[in-house]
Amino acid sequence: MNLHEYQAKQLFKDYGIPVLPWRIVETVDEAETAANELGCPVIVKAQVHAGGRGKAGGVKFAATAEDAVQYASDMLGTRMATNQTGPKGVPIDKVMITPAADIAHEYYVSIVMDGDEGAPAIIATREGGVEIEQVAEEQPEKIVRIIGDPLLGLLPYKARDAALALGFPPPLIRPATALISNAYQLFIDNDCSLVEINPLIESEDGKIIALDAKVGIEDDALFRHPGLRDLHDPAQMDPLEREASEFDLAYVKLEGGRVGCMVNGAGLAMATMDITKWAGAEPANFLDIGGSADLERIEHAFKIIVSDPDVEIILVNLFAGIARSDVVATGIINASKEVGSKKPVVAAMRGTNAEEGLQLLDESDIDVTPAPDMASAAEILRDKLATMSRST
Amino acid sequence: MPVLVEDPCRLLVQGLGRDGSFQAQRIVEYGTNMVAAVHPNRSGTKFMDEVPYFETAREAIAATGANTGLVFVPAPFAMDAILEQADAGLSLIVCITEGVPVHDMMKAKAYLDRTNSRLLGPNCPGLIHPGQRIKLGIIPGAAVSPGNVGVVSRSGTLTYEAVAQLGAVGMGQSTCVGIGGDPIPGTNFIDVLTEFQDDDETEAIVMIGEIGGTREQAAAEFIKHNVTKPVVASIAGQTAPPGKRMGHAGAIITGKAGLASEKNKALEAAGATVVESPAYIGEAMKNILG
Repeated sequence: MNLHEYQAKQLFKDYGIPVLPWRIVETVDEAETAANELGCPVIVKAQVHAGGRGKAGGVKFAATAEDAVQYASDMLGTRMATNQTGPKGVPIDKVMITPAADIAHEYYVSIVMDGDEGAPAIIATREGGVEIEQVAEEQPEKIVRIIGDPLLGLLPYKARDAALALGFPPPLIRPATALISNAYQLFIDNDCSLVEINPLIESEDGKIIALDAKVGIEDDALFRHPGLRDLHDPAQMDPLEREASEFDLAYVKLEGGRVGCMVNGAGLAMATMDITKWAGAEPANFLDIGGSADLERIEHAFKIIVSDPDVEIILVNLFAGIARSDVVATGIINASKEVGSKKPVVAAMRGTNAEEGLQLLDESDIDVTPAPDMASAAEILRDKLATMSRST
Repeated sequence: MPVLVEDPCRLLVQGLGRDGSFQAQRIVEYGTNMVAAVHPNRSGTKFMDEVPYFETAREAIAATGANTGLVFVPAPFAMDAILEQADAGLSLIVCITEGVPVHDMMKAKAYLDRTNSRLLGPNCPGLIHPGQRIKLGIIPGAAVSPGNVGVVSRSGTLTYEAVAQLGAVGMGQSTCVGIGGDPIPGTNFIDVLTEFQDDDETEAIVMIGEIGGTREQAAAEFIKHNVTKPVVASIAGQTAPPGKRMGHAGAIITGKAGLASEKNKALEAAGATVVESPAYIGEAMKNILG
């Protein structure tokens, strides 16, 4: 689960990480008050769950309160698409007004869980503010990487190592060390998947300040952070992804495809995507029903898949272990009836009760083509899509 | 004899709620020697009228000599169950539970490194040995058959896919091991490859990887220097759009090393036969073993 910038900055404050004051506004009037209270110039920042916000016009410098009002009015109630959101973008329901800072230097500091190391990694560079992926790619020697200890946390000397490696001027080594330690503690205490500060600035008057804040919380650990769970903003999710998550289904929307895919298991989802793409049939979405899916969840899953307007045909690729194929088939039939879907289905069903499942589908009103395995299913899809293109 | 498992296997199952009980029943029916069940407030009673219940793993081991543990305990309590079993001295602990917090696994893994216990999983289908009918997890017994191909996979359903492929060309399996798709797994490809290389029953190996992380590259490096048996490998997620999450927390493309193409390259350089989809595993293995 991602936090908004203002929520993350509150966490930063709680952990003694220096941030500038801010106001969150939802109307133009509030924007004017906030700009006047904080004193111009101010920065107007769209509160959305997406990187690439600056490039997409979601961060504006306002010299006067009038400018701040104009930018807030331009942003509020619209949607913003960045290179991380997909073309439909995400809604801007809130903007942040915060004082403009005099920047002497921009750094980048992040903490992520490094699965290969089995511990959190501090990834940081002196070259902040710009494209970090580009720095990592072109000048890997400029990336500082320091690994914490799973049981001991971040030893103080390692936090200091990080501050030194980032080249802070001597008077800032101590506050930078404290900031890195505090960010690490925030990461641990809140079961974070990500803590990112980009940029972390050194101001003209010699202070370090986190100008931006990105915090991600592990979904699996939300049960022990009810306060954080309450910060969830479902409006930032794709409506179908949101609906799927409510039923604990993993749904992924893909752009430009025509095939809706229902599978069980993330690995099978990926393998199915590979083989359908190679057959020339682009997936429009993926829905992973997981292991122990019950009838109601299957029905919801199928409804979500067919309600995607891009979907012209549905591929069901099931290898039932815990899940039962006959239950999946029943769910598909029920959902199809309920929403009156006429979209054809290609079904590869194997494992538990596969024959019963295929028979149920065959006896139903659904236009279903059985496939013995996923390779054949992909070929059937390709051929069917070709005919459908010709007929339209 | 299965890899990773002590011989003879004496199994303790912890967490016999609805799903755990359903699966444990399949495990017993398959023929696995389940000697103990651990679940709160049931001691004095028996699971399926034959396996005694205990309050704690330690009591269960003292009374039954269990040497292998299986965890179906719900995610919020899974780490505790794993460490309870490790402290009680089980040599292999298989955790099927999905959704174990990554921060918990980070601590559990570091703690386990100080013990003599090995963890398989979490979020994995477990292990099955069709020859001795030992099933430690949820891989369907009907899907596998005895033979000499060792299977190791990061993905549950793709394990079944690989097994079905092998079955379709008349090849059985020695041991099938699902290591799980979580970011911090207890057991890695290299651990299982080491065992398969030393295992007399295993003549060839199927390895199924996924995008994300660099473990497939580490496995490739290991294969290059230490594995003389033929390896057929496949990486799922070749066409996954960068940054899109496909359900597994582990299946996130993190930089170039996480790309399927990089993993394929490393495995090919290590001498493995790389097939572009798990759908072609059976065929490839047949060409190798005849």
